[in-house]
Order: sequence, then structure tokens, then C-alpha cells
Amino acid sequence: MARPAAGPVEFDVTDIATSDAALRQVLHGLPGVDQVGAAERAAALATRSIKKDAKLRALDMAISMVDLTTLEGADTPGKVRAMCAKARQPDVEPPPAPPAAAVCVYPDLVAVARDAVAGSSVKVAAVATAFPSGRASLAVKLADVEDAVRAGADEIDMVIDRGAFLAGRYGQVYAELAAVRDACGNAHLKVILETGELVTLDNVARASWLAMMAGADFIKTSTGKVTPAATLPVALVMLGAVRDFEQAAGRRVGVKVAGGIRTAKDAIRYLVLVNETAGPAWLTPDLFRIGASTLLNDLLMQRSKQRTGRYAGADYFTID
Amino acid sequence: MPKAAAADSGPAEPGRLAVRKTHKLFIGGAFPRSESGRSYPVRGGDGALLAFAAKASRKDLRDSVVAARGAFAGWSGATAYNRGQVLYRVAELMEGRAAQFAAEVAAAEGVRRGLAAASVAAAIDRWVWYAGWSDKVAQVAGAANPVAGPYFNFSVPEPTGVVAILAPAGSSLLGLVSVLAPVIVTGNTAVVVASEDRPLPAVALAEVLATSDVPGGVVNLLTGSQAELAPVAAAHMDVNAIDLTGVPSAGRAELERAAAANLKRVLAGDEAWDESPGTGRLMSALEIKTVWHPVGI
Amino acid sequence: MASGKGKSGTGLARQSGRGRSEPELPQAAVSWEYAPAPESRDVVSIAPEYGLFVDGEFRPAASGKTFATVDPASEERLSLVADAAAADVDAAVAAARTAFDRVWRPMPGSERAKYLFRVARLLQERSREFAVLESLDNGKPIRESRDVDIPLAAAHFFYYAGWADKLEHAGFGPAPRPLGVAGQVIPWNFPLLMAAWKLAPALAAGNTCVLKPAETTPLTALLLAEVCQQAGLPPGVVNVLTGDGRTGAALIGHPGVDKIAFTGSTEVGRQIAASAAGTGKKVTLELGGKAANIVFDDAPVEQAVEGIVSGIFFNQGHVCCAGSRLLVQESVADAVVDRLRRRLTMLRLGDPLDKNTDIGAINSRQQLDKITELSAAGEAEGAQRWSPPCRLPDKGYWFAPTLFTGVSQSHRIAREEIFGPVLSVLTFRTPAEAVAKANNTPYGLSAGIWTEKGSRILWMAQRMRAGVVWANTYNRFDPASPFGGYQESGYGREGGRHGLAAYLSA
Repeated sequence: MARPAAGPVEFDVTDIATSDAALRQVLHGLPGVDQVGAAERAAALATRSIKKDAKLRALDMAISMVDLTTLEGADTPGKVRAMCAKARQPDVEPPPAPPAAAVCVYPDLVAVARDAVAGSSVKVAAVATAFPSGRASLAVKLADVEDAVRAGADEIDMVIDRGAFLAGRYGQVYAELAAVRDACGNAHLKVILETGELVTLDNVARASWLAMMAGADFIKTSTGKVTPAATLPVALVMLGAVRDFEQAAGRRVGVKVAGGIRTAKDAIRYLVLVNETAGPAWLTPDLFRIGASTLLNDLLMQRSKQRTGRYAGADYFTID
Repeated sequence: MPKAAAADSGPAEPGRLAVRKTHKLFIGGAFPRSESGRSYPVRGGDGALLAFAAKASRKDLRDSVVAARGAFAGWSGATAYNRGQVLYRVAELMEGRAAQFAAEVAAAEGVRRGLAAASVAAAIDRWVWYAGWSDKVAQVAGAANPVAGPYFNFSVPEPTGVVAILAPAGSSLLGLVSVLAPVIVTGNTAVVVASEDRPLPAVALAEVLATSDVPGGVVNLLTGSQAELAPVAAAHMDVNAIDLTGVPSAGRAELERAAAANLKRVLAGDEAWDESPGTGRLMSALEIKTVWHPVGI
Repeated sequence: MASGKGKSGTGLARQSGRGRSEPELPQAAVSWEYAPAPESRDVVSIAPEYGLFVDGEFRPAASGKTFATVDPASEERLSLVADAAAADVDAAVAAARTAFDRVWRPMPGSERAKYLFRVARLLQERSREFAVLESLDNGKPIRESRDVDIPLAAAHFFYYAGWADKLEHAGFGPAPRPLGVAGQVIPWNFPLLMAAWKLAPALAAGNTCVLKPAETTPLTALLLAEVCQQAGLPPGVVNVLTGDGRTGAALIGHPGVDKIAFTGSTEVGRQIAASAAGTGKKVTLELGGKAANIVFDDAPVEQAVEGIVSGIFFNQGHVCCAGSRLLVQESVADAVVDRLRRRLTMLRLGDPLDKNTDIGAINSRQQLDKITELSAAGEAEGAQRWSPPCRLPDKGYWFAPTLFTGVSQSHRIAREEIFGPVLSVLTFRTPAEAVAKANNTPYGLSAGIWTEKGSRILWMAQRMRAGVVWANTYNRFDPASPFGGYQESGYGREGGRHGLAAYLSA
């Protein structure tokens, strides 16, 4: 199989054989990523200075892109309901902040979440496929997805099998992705690559392409349970991949960054990356999400500071 | 009492009692007492009591090695520029405390203030000298080697790891600086056992290190019995090199034998501290790594 | 969601990327304008007039003459500086000679080192002032002066401070000696950084200096003179003479100067070399370039595009080592150029003091005219010219980033140094052809190589007739890294241990 040229991928993405060898040819034939160069580009974009109405705009955009998340063993219906109320109405002070894009919970709490967000624009996303490790049989993972879909999840955040990926069993990863895609039905599929475990940016690029070729609606950095989680260089590579994938396949895939994004400053840096890498077309909750929990209040505090000129304190924002 | 007042680092005023310092160990960037709870009296050149210093135990030394090992990846991974900046900052802070150091050295070594001040100035200048080596060692000790084949071949010096240092017995600051700075400037981390009889200037240096930008664990400083601690350091399997300068020559052979267990690099010197150092110490705690790579289209 | 759903990858057309001359810019669902983010001018105070810095003090030129320096982004006058003539050069060289004989040469290296450390520290402490002043006087974006120029200048002083007391270990013999008085003439593209590149090694080696900054960018050199005063540097060790080409010529021709260091155009460099012939003066020259930035089919393409952009648009292309010729392997040329065009649409051109500006002003009307003329020649020669849509401000000197495709070696724009934001794109087929084309120039300053293959990097690097080779990166500078050219790009190296050679005799 001829090696693709650098630049837009020159093969028909609909016809990929699911054999490890064929997929390896394609994925390893992608242009390499120079880690130092990628880190430098990300750092240069992090020096962008976003002020005044541009900053207010960014804060509102970021709030509207938050997937408000709780994924703890100790989660209860009460906890989920409180979080959903916050997602619907992040800030009581006028002018009201936009609602969050979605809430993200374990599958057995989807029904609770659905009730709690009913009548609002907030979507319900469920993690599935033996989140966060992905270590279970395909049958178990699919049952996990089906549970969530039956309970009414709008979006499924699945994890890829990193063990299989790192062992080179790309065919298996692809087949599992495709099977989950089918099981999702009308729900949108976000594919968590767990970039902290993939380690190299080359792996991040390859996993991104694999997920997109298998039908992902979103590619997502992390489960949030492993460090490092989302980083600017990783997001840079993924945003480049979705941009190039659109050129190759005519379909826009979204990007979700999750894990370790705690401050509004961080969030705005990611928005700059989106703006200057994939492009402004991706600056919408349909194509860019931030998975977070504590971030939301920092966004609200900065928003308040921009509007009133005064630095705010934590007591002025609800904890959930 | 005038003799006791000489050891107080704060200014003595008539009718005002000085607040005396407690001298503790310096491990992992913090100042703990010895886990053994021991201390020992430190006396000035004239025999007067200056203060009590912590008497480190083998466990303190063990903890220091752990701290030094933990700090090694970060310190050796920092850019040479960064290490040079950090060391230069140490010199800035030493300069700011020059009077304090002079008082400490005068009391510890029983010398006149003027001589002590000159010794402190020399110590600061020596530290500056070593700081400036950080981003130059590779250029002097490294090389591109012209091998006979289509390969690019280069040798680079790298720090060896954790270095145990038995500091000079007599020269309480200049000698200490002369054995410590060359080791850490190239990226090694250090466990230093100060002069047993003259440890107080070393504690002041540890305070400077703690308030500069030196990451915790890069330098660990223990006061106590060198005779008790040296064998522990020499036998420790996670120490990569040992400097026996502070050990009397008669005692070195046995320590070298112990050091052979994990093939530590052994260094000992008896130079005059007021002479220009040369590059021997700087190059001694280094490994040379040689890399080959083919050259072809 | 816009991405659609259903079975994996069904029925999705593939767009062809070949054969287009214009990129299809993404349809923006929203557009997000960054608001103006100006760095405040208040941090630096610019005097209405500056004198020369001779023998430790500021004084007017003997003739009393002055000339103006302007902000190229607005054409407004920033200040008046003194116009040094022969009498002033005499005074400065005499002061430098006295300082050399009586103070600087006899001083122990460890003391010289501490002076240079002080200068370095002061540059760090006053870094914001210097950055704003540099952007005002030169036109370069504040992001670059803040993040590159000023930190590197301070780092140069730090690096060479550390050599001042170690010269016997530098590989130039057991007791290398300074040369005496150095006459140093620097260009306008990196005013403070070039001053640091000249002064730091010269002073560390024990020489004293007379520095002539460029006519259009004198201000940061004068602020550096103030820093020298604040560092307590003995009078006469550093002298700064402002003026134009005539001042430079007078300095370089002065019999009291032992060492000449010049950075500037190859044309002037030739004249200097000729005039120094037979005088016994040591000369180092850092001149022009027409570097090839070579991109292979297996380059890390996204980073290569960044490297191409940085190579020619960093500092508005006013860089001697700029990657002004893109040599791209023919099999990937269209794809790479497509990506490049998309990337160029992201460049922000405008107010140099705005923190988000990527492309600042051209330094002078003269330089702008030259760039304009050569670009017109490129079109006339048959190359295809393209620039991203770009609004140029009404006042000031501006030139939009420009790409020429279909360029051949024989075109003027492939041979002559444009010294502006203009990239010429040529193709090659094999590594050997890349080498031949890259080396097919009288210049030899720098080159870039983009490939994931290590052995090819080394093979190419061995064959590049260039003093600086960047692999999978571009425009990286460090005080520890020697910089300088082959052939008509000059001789001598600045930076690193090798950079001391210019200022010592064994």
C-alpha cells in the first residue's frame, strides 16, 4: 500500500480494512509530530492576550461548552440533581450566564440526570465501556453502552482500549469503536483516547484518526482519572487532526478536552487553540467541549470581574 | 558574656538579649531536627560554647539520600542556563549575608574578623566562578568524535547522580563551597556532612540555599560526627560518588573499600582552598555518554 | 451537532486538495475577534534628546548635530540623537584605549565577570522597558521583543560573564590576551540583541568597546549605556556613538581600533574587509543570507509549516538567517503550500505594541521600498504572488506577508536577499538536488532541514554550506551556540566558546 503524502490524507476513509497491518500502514503513514515544535506552537498561542469584550465573549463561550461532570464512586441521585440544577443555571446574578452544554454521569444515574435537566438545552452524556479503564470484554462494554442509551443518554463518552492500541492491535480498537458507534443509535459518540496513557503525540494523532475513521462524533482527551490529562500540545494535535479529517473526509468531528482544566485562563487558552488551529467554525458547543467540575465557578468569577471590575470571592457562587 | 555574644548572629545591643538560633539539619528543602533527637556542643576556637548543632544519625543520612535521589531528575533535567541562574542567585544571597557569614567564620575558626571577611568574599567569588561553568562544561568536556565510518558520533558529559561529600574539617565556608559548588553545578545532587568541629557556617549556607531558588533535595546538609556518618555514606548503595576530602588520609582506605561495593566514584582532595581551583572537581562527578547515529539519505 | 451520525464513515465525499491556487477558508460559524491588547508605553520614558555615551557620560556630538529617530509603525518622532563625526570617534577610541590600558585589561577576570553579571541582571530587571522601547524604535511585535530579543540579550551577558574568569580553560592557550579596543557596528534588525552579541564576548575577553548602533534604531543601545552606568562599569570601557554610515566608516577606519566587528549587508562587509586589508586589524563579519528551508516528504508537516512561517515571517523577515527560500520536495509541494496559505491567514499584522500582533512594521521607508521593488521584480519574472487578506494601517511602513510560487533559482527573488516578509517557493526531487540548490548561492549563513529521518538530517547537515543548520526547527538562538556564516555571509562566529576567538589572541 503506497505511503500517503504529507498533508491531507490521500485515501478513501470509508474503505479501511480492519486488519492490524493495513491500519498500521495508514496510521503510521500519517505525518509525524515533532513534540518540541508542537509544544512551542502551543506555548506561543498561550501568549495571546484576550481582553475586554473578547474576554467576556470567551467566558460565555466556555461556559456554554462545559460538560459539567461528576464521576465518583460516591455519586448519589442527590448529588447529580444538584449538579444538573447548576448546569441549567450556573449563575443567579443577572445577566444570566448561558447554561452548560451537558452533564456527564455514570450510566446508572442517567435517568436521574434526564429528569433533572428536562425542559432545558442541557444534554445528558454518560461515560460507558467500562470507564475509565476500558478493561472488560466487548460484550460487557456494549451492554454498558446499551444501558446508558436506554436510560436516555444523548451522548456517550466511551474509552478506547489503550492496552490494545499500545500493543498494536489497531483492528481490535477499530472494531470496538465501530460496534459502540452502532450501539449508540442516535446518541452522539465521544471517544476518549486517554492521551496521558498514549504518551507520544504521534500516538495521539494516530488514535485520533482511528477514532474518526471509525465514526466518532467527538474525540476526547482524557477520563480525568489519569495524569497528565488534557494539555495544550495534545489539544493542538487533536485540533489539527479534526481539521485535516474534514479536508480528507468532508465530515466535522468535535474535540473535547477534559481533566486538569481548572481556571478560566486555561479554558481561554484552549479556545485560542481552537480558533487558530481547527478554525472559528469549531467555536460552538456542537464541536468543542470542556469536561470540568471546578472550572465552572472560576469562569463565573472571571465573568463577574469583567462585568463589575471587582475581584469576586467563592462565597458569591454556588458550590453546586 | 562577651564570648557567647560573639556566636549570636543578631546584633547585640546594650540591655537587649539576643534571640539565639537553633541549628537543625537541612533535608529535602526543610529544616528537621535529627530523628535521633541528638545534638552536640559546638565550640569556638577559644573553647567557648557557640551553640548546639543537630547530631545526624544514619537514618537522617538515609533520608537525605532519598531526598537527593528524588531531586536528581528535576535538577539534572533543568537547562544549564537555569542551573547557572539558580547558583548565581545563591551568590547574591550570600553577598547579602556576608557580615553574618564573616561573624560565623570568625567564631568557628577562631580568626580575626578581617581574615574571616576575606575568606567569605573568596567563597562568594568561588561560587560565582562555578555558577558560570554551568553552560560551558559541555563545550569543554564534550566533543564530536571523528570516527572512521558514516556516523555522527558525539560525547557529552552528564552528572553522575547523588554525591556524598565529607566537607573539609578546617575551612568552614570556603572549603565547603569549594567541594559543593562543582558537584551541583553540573546537575548532581548532594548529601553533605559538614565539618564536625566547625559546622555553623554550613548551617548558614543551608539557610541561603533554602531561600534561593535551589529545589529541595538538591543539597542536603547534615551536621554531626563524620566518623559515624562517613561509613554509612560510603556503604550506601544508592550513592553514586563520594568525596572523602574531610576524612583524614589515614581513614580513607577503609571508606574506599566500602565504596567499592557499588563502584562509587571516589574523590578526595587536599588542595589549598585559597588557590585557584582548576577543573578537576568540576569534571570528577561526571559521566561521559557517547552517541552514534548513521549519516545517510 | 454538525458532525452527523449513523454508521461509521458512510457516504462522505473526499475533497481534493490538488490544483487549487486559493485556499478555501473555513466557513466561520462564529468569528471571535481578540480585542486590542496594547502593552503600555508608560513603562519607558524616552528623553526628547540623547547625547553620545563616551567615557562614562552622555555628551553632545562635538558638532552639536543631531538627527531624529522615528517609530516605523506611526512615523512619529521618538527622539533626537547625536550625530557623531570624526572628532567624536577620536574621543571615544581614546577613552576606550585609556580604559583598556589602565583599568580593564589589568582587572582580574573575576571582577570583570561580576560587572557583566550586573549588566545581565539589570537587563532582566528593566526588561519590560527595553522590550517596549525596542518595539517602538524598531517596529517589531512586543511579543518578540519581550519573549526573544530582551531575554536573549540578558542571557548573552550571563553566558559571557561566566567566561571572563575562565579564559585559560577556553581552548585558546594557557594565557589568551585581549586585542585592545574593538570598533563594533551593528544593524537595525535586532538592535539590543546585536549590541549584546558584540559587547558581551568582547568585554569578557578583556577588550574595551566603541559601539555604533544603526541609524534607525539607536534607543535601546543608549538605554544599555545607562545600564552600564548603573552597573558601575568603569568609564571608557563601553562607549556608544550614534550616527549613520559615515560614523560607522570613521570608527572602522580609525587607526586606534584593534578589532573590527560588523553585522550588516554583504555589500558593506566587502568594503570593510577591503579597507582593513594590510592594517593588521582583526575583522569579523556577519553578513547577509538567502537560506534554504528544506522540507522533505516525510517532514512533520504541521511543525514544518510553523518552521517555514517562523523562518521568514519572524521579525518581519528582517533576519540575516531567514529561511527565505522554501525548498519543498515536489511530491508534497502542493499539500505543503496549501497548508502554508491557510496558516498565513492566521497571521495578525498591526500595532507592534499589541500583544497579539504577529507581524510588525517594516523598519524604514528605505527598506520598504527595497522589498516592494524586489517583489515587483518577482512578479515580472513570472512567479505567482499571493498574500493573505491583510489590512495595512494608513501610517507607518507596512508590507503584507507574501508568498511566491513557481520560483526558479534564476529569479532575482531566489538570489537576492530581500530582508522582508517575502518567501520564495522552489521544489526539488532528491536529497542531492536539495543540497545542490540550497548551496547554489554565494551566501552561506543558515539552512533548515525538515524530515523525520535522523540519518538524513545528519547527511544533509554535513553537506550544507552554511554556518548554522536547523533541523526540525528554525530561528533558534542561544548564547552557548555559535552563529556565523560561510563565504559571503561573512567570517567569524558569535556565541559559544568559539565566539571568544574573535576577541582573543592566543
